[in-house]
Amino acid sequence: MMLQALNIEKTFNAGTINEKVALNGATLELEEGEFVTVIGGNGAGKSTFLNAVAGVWPVDGGSIIIDGEDVTGLNEYKRAKYLGRVFQDPMNGTAADMEIIENLALAARRGKKRGLGWGITKSEKEQYHELLKELDLGLEDRMTTKVGLLSGGQRQALTLLMATLQKPKVLLLDEHTAALDPKTAATVLEETDKIVTEHNLTTMMVTHNMRDAIAHGNRLIMMNEGKVILNIAGEEKKSLTIQDLLHKFEEVSGTEFTNDKAILS
Amino acid sequence: MDISALFAALPGNVAQGIIWGIMALGVFFTFRILDFADLTVDGSFATGGAVAAMLITGGYSVPVALIAATVSGVAAGIVTGLLHTKLGIPGILASILTQISLYSINLNIMKGMANVAINGNKYNLIVSLRYIPQAILISAIFAVVIIIAAYWYFGTEQGSAVRATGSNPNMSQAQGININAMKVLTLGISNGVVALAGGLIAQYQGFADINMGRGAIVIGLAAVIIGEVVGHAIFGKRMNFMIKMVCVVCGGVIYYIVIGIVLWLRMPTNNLKLFTAIIVAIFLAVPYLKGKANNSFRKAAKRGGSN
Repeated sequence: MMLQALNIEKTFNAGTINEKVALNGATLELEEGEFVTVIGGNGAGKSTFLNAVAGVWPVDGGSIIIDGEDVTGLNEYKRAKYLGRVFQDPMNGTAADMEIIENLALAARRGKKRGLGWGITKSEKEQYHELLKELDLGLEDRMTTKVGLLSGGQRQALTLLMATLQKPKVLLLDEHTAALDPKTAATVLEETDKIVTEHNLTTMMVTHNMRDAIAHGNRLIMMNEGKVILNIAGEEKKSLTIQDLLHKFEEVSGTEFTNDKAILS
Repeated sequence: MDISALFAALPGNVAQGIIWGIMALGVFFTFRILDFADLTVDGSFATGGAVAAMLITGGYSVPVALIAATVSGVAAGIVTGLLHTKLGIPGILASILTQISLYSINLNIMKGMANVAINGNKYNLIVSLRYIPQAILISAIFAVVIIIAAYWYFGTEQGSAVRATGSNPNMSQAQGININAMKVLTLGISNGVVALAGGLIAQYQGFADINMGRGAIVIGLAAVIIGEVVGHAIFGKRMNFMIKMVCVVCGGVIYYIVIGIVLWLRMPTNNLKLFTAIIVAIFLAVPYLKGKANNSFRKAAKRGGSN
């Protein structure tokens, strides 16, 4: 198993009027190379589940095991060495005031000791030039441009490259195309598929778009009220339709699916 | 008014400006690179001066005194960093707490005296207003060495991590950077440089004073901002990190030349701090107002009305 998130519990604002049980025994186990898409209604706990794996805050219960190592007690920056992450907000995944190559160099050192050696080596520069060329966004000619000058789509593509520059044990994608226009979103998703397949990455992708959830990855889970209520893999996933999903959701949860974004998109 | 008096005062202003420019480099590291408004410097500048003055008058050599001053500044910065990161106190407030506590600590360092004289005849000082050319040379050497060291450091893996922390803390954590450690580290480095400048100023003026750091943050900010504006006007897009730091030191020099002119015009010196604060406020406000001017509701109304 590459990722085991077992019985994860998390309550926000416990004991106050705003108390919110976000995760209520959520469990997910991923084999190496599995690419799971995560969908669910509003407030179902999709992003919270991802953040629990990433170690944004300590969980209230349950344990998280990455490639056999229990990381439940490791904070975000210590856990980072196992994880590649892309966020919903394109501003979040890169340092705007730093150059494209500086951002890549930072990502290349994820989980390693940052000493007093030079921040970017010469051989790295050549490597990044090649990798950026593969992205096909023309970024290879703008390597010393500040990332803040790039478009949202370019920044997401760069973040994706950064997340996988050093092969992560688990790649976490948190609605990483939600803030992009449909065309750019499609390009970034395409790039995602390419990178995930190429490196055989174990991946968790949260999305509100049912069509994307069905079209990408080799497994799909649906969450409701902080639990994984549906788990579809293999041949069943390949033949899945949105209607099937909505139907299954009603069957399992006994309520109607409520995520306007998901149904409308 | 005698213009020659203005020119006569100029070298002194330059010397003082370079030393305050060194201090401004410290402010630059926190304010611009780490994005942290650190008011510790008002205290740590005086700490540097106090430590240097006490050690020099106590018979220690100037290099030893300056190293001790720097170390004391590093310690002050680390305290602010720990108050912020370990105890969860907002950055600006944490730095105010350190600053105010340093007032007492500085008095203790100076054995309860508000003022400690360093007689230039008695001690072998490296900068003094009695020998201004030497003072300019020595302080310029200090500035150059610090700029080169900072240029190197912020280019290293660790220095890049510091810059990333200032630019995007969320992303930095996701890239495995211990942002709290980076903050404490940078605050230490910054205040070390500030205290070193304090030690130099104490020698230059021939005394350390409990109030010598009052308003240092504002002067530092003034130097940073003036330097950036001037640098941007001259170098435009060619302004790299090294040139920027040189400009910050020049900003200190420009600031002291302006102060020299103000004094020469016999404006009341009581108003100097007011004057400085107004300059800083204007320079901080200009980029904001410029942005607003291009993007205001009033203009939107006008554009709409013209159709």
